[in-house]
Amino acid sequence: MTLHRFANPARFMRLSSALLPWCGAAAAAFIAIGLYLALFVAPPDYQQGEAVRIMYVHVPAAWMASLVYALMALASAVALIWRHPLADIAALSAAPLGAGFTLLCLATGSLWGERMWGTWWVWDARLTSVLVLFFLYLGYLALVNAFDEPGRGARAGAILALVGIVNLPIIKFSVDWWNTLHQPASVFRLGGPTIDASMLWPLLVMALGFTLLFATLLMIRMRTALIEAKIRALMLSEIERHGAAAPRGAVTS
Amino acid sequence: MSGFGRLVQRDLRLALRQGGDAAMVVGFFVLAAILFPFGVGPEPELLSRIAAGIVWVTALLAALLSLERLFQADWEDGSLEALALMPLPLEAQVLAKCLAHWLVTGLPLAATAPLLALLLQLDAAGYPALLASLLLGTPTLSLIGAVGAALSLGARRGGVLLSLLVLPLYIPVLIFGVGAIEAGIGGFGAGPHLLLLGAMLAGALPLAPLAAAAALRQALE
Repeated sequence: MTLHRFANPARFMRLSSALLPWCGAAAAAFIAIGLYLALFVAPPDYQQGEAVRIMYVHVPAAWMASLVYALMALASAVALIWRHPLADIAALSAAPLGAGFTLLCLATGSLWGERMWGTWWVWDARLTSVLVLFFLYLGYLALVNAFDEPGRGARAGAILALVGIVNLPIIKFSVDWWNTLHQPASVFRLGGPTIDASMLWPLLVMALGFTLLFATLLMIRMRTALIEAKIRALMLSEIERHGAAAPRGAVTS
Repeated sequence: MSGFGRLVQRDLRLALRQGGDAAMVVGFFVLAAILFPFGVGPEPELLSRIAAGIVWVTALLAALLSLERLFQADWEDGSLEALALMPLPLEAQVLAKCLAHWLVTGLPLAATAPLLALLLQLDAAGYPALLASLLLGTPTLSLIGAVGAALSLGARRGGVLLSLLVLPLYIPVLIFGVGAIEAGIGGFGAGPHLLLLGAMLAGALPLAPLAAAAALRQALE
């Protein structure tokens, strides 16, 4: 019942306009501190040297890619089950952001791979499954925009988002199930992280910064979508009034 | 006779009377696979090395081509709305349509594949795995494809959109389908790959009709 209070678009607009500056400032601060820690404070790796610093962008981007998809699927489920207008808008607004994080993850991973593995790309399970995630985002965006009636596109997209969720466990466990060139999990694993604290802290700061950045951008996109819908409704009612006036004039003349 | 059987019979009869669905799919399959010797050169060693991949990729594309018609005709002439009123649940109807689709596409593809493998110099040890992997894999392609076909009903540029939706989801089937044949040739035994293909089929069998039926309900709203 408490959740329903936040589902009201007018309440969302008020709440988000109050939160937005704080959230944006926090995102900028965390990313700035995180980048400073990652680029100047954290030690170079004994094997990888300075190239290890790519990790501080690559790993948070990869986490966000999966997290945003999970959120999108959750919002889609809420939209399908309870027909929440805000859930639909949240899923639609999150998709391009998720695609962006996935692209960032793939691009930084490719740069890192060129330094460490000597190749831009290998067809191992982790890389392939993340590439599939990227295509799922693109397919979702294409599907949502393919219908003349926007509501139908959103509902079809919601079903696709739920179907695509089978890919998330494959991404997570791909490094355990297959013998891959990509290294296995070193942060979220049973028995605690194997990564050293001097590297873990900048990583976590960056991850928090990325999460806040996503929240900020998501709020901006959702607000824009709501305002657009309102403008469209106003224009439609305007046309209706003029359209109603015109035939009357035609009959009298 | 049950509604399920009757629906399968109806779809089969439509496919056979309208003619050429299966023939066109097989024709595409053969032609697309024949392009490869021209594209990469006719050396037998090279062809036999990549034969498994060529057969599977072209079979997958051929199955994809036929998907658009899975619900399109019924949707356009309104019989899909009549079907939705049947006492048989929509999920079971999707399953029946997938079965009919597989009988007119997947099965002919699997039947033609050994011939193509012969042309592409596939190692003799790969044939059992080729047949088994196609027989286990193509039903999964039909089931996943049904979700995509139902989702893209009535969309602009439905055909291109359908391939964009479905191809990423086909990748696991392709990986283990080709893996089974390679393992068969290498003498490791295709068993584990075939078991995984079977697991995917077992997962898609209940889940894909659920998703496709939900998508059809949205399209009919």
